[in-house]
Formats: sequence, structure tokens, C-alpha cells
Amino acid sequence: MGINKYDFNEKNILKFDSNEHELAIVTKNLQVFYGDKHALFDGDLEFERYKITSLIGASGSGKSTYLRSLNRMNDNVARVEGEILYRGLNVNSKKINVYEMRKHIGMVFQRPNPFSKSIRENITFALKEQGLKNKKKLEEIVETSLKDAALWDEVKDDLDKSAWSLSGGQQQRLCIARTIAMKPDILLLDEPASALDPISTSKIEETLVELKKRYTIIIVTHNMQQASRISDYTAFFHLGHILEYDKTKHIFTTPKVTATNDYISGNFG
Amino acid sequence: MKTKLQNNVAITVIRVIAALVVLILAFLLGDILISGIPHISWHFLTAASQSFTSGGGIGVQLFNSIYLLILTLIISFPISLGAGIFLSEYAPKNIFTATVRMAIEVLSSLPSVVVGLFGFLLFVVQMDMGFSILSGAIALTFFNLPLLTRNIEESLRAVPDLQREAGLSLGLSKWKTVTKIILPEALPGIVTGVVLGAGRVFGEAAALIYTAGQSATNINFGNWNPFNSTSPLNLMRPAETLAVHIWKINSEGVMPDAAAVSAGSSAVLIIAVLIFNFSARVIGNQLYRKLTATK
Ligand SMILES: Nc1ncnc2c1ncn2[C@@H]1O[C@H](COP(=O)(O)OP(=O)(O)O)[C@@H](O)[C@H]1O
Ligand SMILES: [Mg+2]
Repeated sequence: MGINKYDFNEKNILKFDSNEHELAIVTKNLQVFYGDKHALFDGDLEFERYKITSLIGASGSGKSTYLRSLNRMNDNVARVEGEILYRGLNVNSKKINVYEMRKHIGMVFQRPNPFSKSIRENITFALKEQGLKNKKKLEEIVETSLKDAALWDEVKDDLDKSAWSLSGGQQQRLCIARTIAMKPDILLLDEPASALDPISTSKIEETLVELKKRYTIIIVTHNMQQASRISDYTAFFHLGHILEYDKTKHIFTTPKVTATNDYISGNFG
Repeated sequence: MKTKLQNNVAITVIRVIAALVVLILAFLLGDILISGIPHISWHFLTAASQSFTSGGGIGVQLFNSIYLLILTLIISFPISLGAGIFLSEYAPKNIFTATVRMAIEVLSSLPSVVVGLFGFLLFVVQMDMGFSILSGAIALTFFNLPLLTRNIEESLRAVPDLQREAGLSLGLSKWKTVTKIILPEALPGIVTGVVLGAGRVFGEAAALIYTAGQSATNINFGNWNPFNSTSPLNLMRPAETLAVHIWKINSEGVMPDAAAVSAGSSAVLIIAVLIFNFSARVIGNQLYRKLTATK
């Protein structure tokens, strides 16, 4: 069966009963266009609070496109239509103060991108720019966010060293620390471990599982083991369509959609 | 086998050409330095020049060159910085941007003598500024602006987009991201460009002959009031620079030791330009290391 042959109407999208589940963010009928290219169709997903949700699918299936729309990182790059509901507000609206919103919906990228500043400054920089001047408070946040990102023990004596002196895995955890220092609600991660070795990867995974106690986490991954190891829910993307969204264990054991089944069993295309 | 041979031939040819370039440079530098350095002395570097008698120095010209360079940088750096930031970070793809780019392109390819003549007609004559340091500094700004702007734009562009995304994703505004994250990371490249440009400006003659003028009026190094006409800082006095001095001696110098003064001045000029070039590298590398590696 060819990759294009799946029926995009064959879908299984989980909806939550809002009496039993607290929702962190919801998208309704999200469409993304790069110029004329329609890259994401009918994005309708609900994300439960304090859970990890994985977005999986082949390369180019629209996972990043969807994720980056959630905190408006696609502004100026793509046209995004539809609603993104966060705390009763439509994030995808002209009236939203994107800078304020991004403090609530933080993002970690595929390649580690620490600032060329010291480890400490990487964390304090954005806080200072927001007007936080209290040295003691800043030191406290440096410590707690590095601890939360499981990096504290490795760097506590080198806080004034350049962030670029760290290994790739440490840099990525520093980026996570930098993001959670802003005390966001939601953490978006776009293949955060794809450039890292297995040991660093498992450290990141442990960190995320620990973090979900206090954060809602949405993570793009091309690594299906990773998705099944750490996430509670999984959404399967295919050619810009979200074909299946369910509990992770259902997705990986009893998927209801043909395309998902083919993808997770490795006979894709 | 054949590709290997071709490869070897190509590499050999390139090596020979490279060696030739180095050889020519070494010969030029060697010649200028060997014939010039013996004439350099403290007296030569500080004394006023003489038109008809021997024993003159280049003190005033040296001061003028440095002063003009500083003024040029003061005028051109902020403009280039603004233009570079605009072009790299903000410029939309439209006709306006394309026009700006084209203007910079054209400006950078204008021969400096044309820039000088333009400065002469517009500032010296039309705006009645006379042969003055100010006219010269403006002409040099035209000369320096396009390269500096391009250098700043390219240095900013070389900073990966990931850094911009990092700033934005933390809720920083675009302006803050650019000025506090991107600009510092581009700094090594920018500083290197500024210092290299300074070397070019320092050695420039053609743009100055008709703007800053060809006379080294006697200035009084005891008087630092910029509004006084004999003050070194006075903006409206004519000011022959070192490079112009060399040109002038060789075209109409009548002092008995003209050849020696010319050789000594050339050596000083070359040494200054070399210092600019080397320090551009050193400062750039050092800044880069400070920004990236362990402290
Ligand atoms: N900046 C962009 N401009 C144009 N097309 C893009 C851009 N980013 C992504 N795309 C296209 O959108 C589709 C989805 O890409 P992406 O969201 O990056 O996929 P994934 O993250 O699942 O690999 C691809 O066809 C890709 O080529
Ligand atoms: Mg992607």
C-alpha cells in the first residue's frame, strides 16, 4: 500500500470528558499554510493537564508545524487558521500578547540552543529582562530550575562557565532549565533528544517524567520507543493530518486506524 | 588514477598561485619597510613637516589620520549598525529593501576618487564647508559605510536562527532578542570588520585630497578647545593625512629629503595598516573565545 493511499477520513481522535479531565490546551480546526502549501489540516486535539502527550509520525508529517503553532512560533513564517484555546483565551488571535503568552507556553528545540553566555546567565537572562532584580531570588531560581532539569549536580561548581562548554545533552537540559525557569504551564518539546546519545536521551526522558508532576508536556518525537516509554497520550500525524489520538498504550498495542497500525509496525508505505 | 592526477595537478597549481601571492606581498612589504624604517625616529613621528627644508616630520599628518579615522568611525558605525540590523533582522522582501541593498552595492563599488570629488562638490563647495576635517570625515563615511553595513549584516546573519527562536520562545521581544542575544554573538565578526575597515580608512588618500585638503596647517597641540581654529580638534580646519602627504610629496614635494620622508611615511602607513589587520584577527578571536569557550 502506498503512503498516499490512506483514507484521511479514517480517524480515531480521543475527546476528554471535561468533568473528569482537566484540559491544558485545546486546538480546534487548526490549519497551517506555508504560502500556498497546506501543511496541517483540521488539527483538533485536546491535551490533558500534567500529562505527557507525544506527537509521532513520519518526517514531514506536520508535527513541528503543529507544535510551533501552539506558542505562535510560526508567526511570520506560516499562516495559521483555527483556534488554540488556553485558559479560555484563543491564543491564535491578534489580540493576544504573544510575548506574555510564550512565558506560559515554553518551548525546547530539536538542537540545543543555549545563549553564548554563562550557564547562570542562560537561566537568569530572560528573568532579568522581565524586571526580576532580586539576586537571591535569581540564585534560587537558577538552583531549582537546574535541579528540575537534573543538571544541578553536574554544573553547580561551574555556573560561570560558558554554556557552550557543556556537552550536547547537558546543553539540552540547560535549555529545559532555562524554559522552566519562566514557570510556564505547558512545555513544548520538538524532538529534544534527536541529536543526543542514548545516555543523554534517557536522562532527558527521566527529567520529563519527573517534570510532568508540575507541567503539561507535549513532545514531538520520531522515536516510537521514546513515545511509548514516557507519554500518556499519543497523536499520530500523517501528511498533515492527525489520524489517530489515544492513550499511548492503545496506540502502540491496538491502534484503530490502518495508517497508525502500519506506521507503528514498521510497514509504512 | 586519472582523477587523482587531475587532483594533484590542480592542487599544485593552486599552491603555486598562493605562493606567488605571498611572494609579491612579501616583496612589496619588504621593500617599503627596508627603505622606510631607517628614516623613522621619534623626531620624524612627532615633528611638523617642512615644505622647503629637510628634517621635517609627520607629526601633524599622523594626528590628522588618527583623528579623521575616529571621526569617521563615530559617524559611520551607528549608521551601519542600524542599517545592518535592519537588513539582517527586519527588512521585508520588497522593493524598498532591494533598493537599499542595491544602493549599498553601488556605493561600495564607487572608486574612492569619485567619492572624494562628490564630497568636494557637495560639502566643500556647495555647503561651503571648505577643505576641512568634517568634509573629509563625511567623504570617508561614504567610503566606509557600505562595507561596514555589509559586514554587520553578514555577522548578524551568521548567528543561527535557533538563537532567535530561543529568545522569542522565552517571551523576549524581537528587539530584545536582536540587541541582547544576536548582537553580542555577532560581535567578534563585527569588531573584526570595524578594525579592518579602519585600516582601509587609515590608508585612504583619493577620497581626502579634495575634501580634507592637502595642507597641514600648523596646529597648536597645547590648545584643545575644538572651537579654536588652531586646535587639533577643530573640525573646520584643513587636514592633510599621512596617505595624502605621501601622495603630495611624490607629486610635488620640493624638500631636499623628499625621498626619505616619503619612504619613512610609507613605512609608518604600512605598519599602521598591518597593526590594524593583525589586531582585527586577534581581537576577533579573543572575543569569540571569550563568548564561547570556558573562561
Ligand atoms: N518554513 C517552512 N516553509 C515551507 N514549508 C515548510 C516549512 N516548514 C515545514 N514545511 C513543510 O511542511 C511540512 C511539514 O513539516 P514539519 O512540520 O516540519 O514536519 P515534521 O516536524 O513532522 O517532520 C513538510 O512538507 C515541510 O516541507
Ligand atoms: Mg519536525
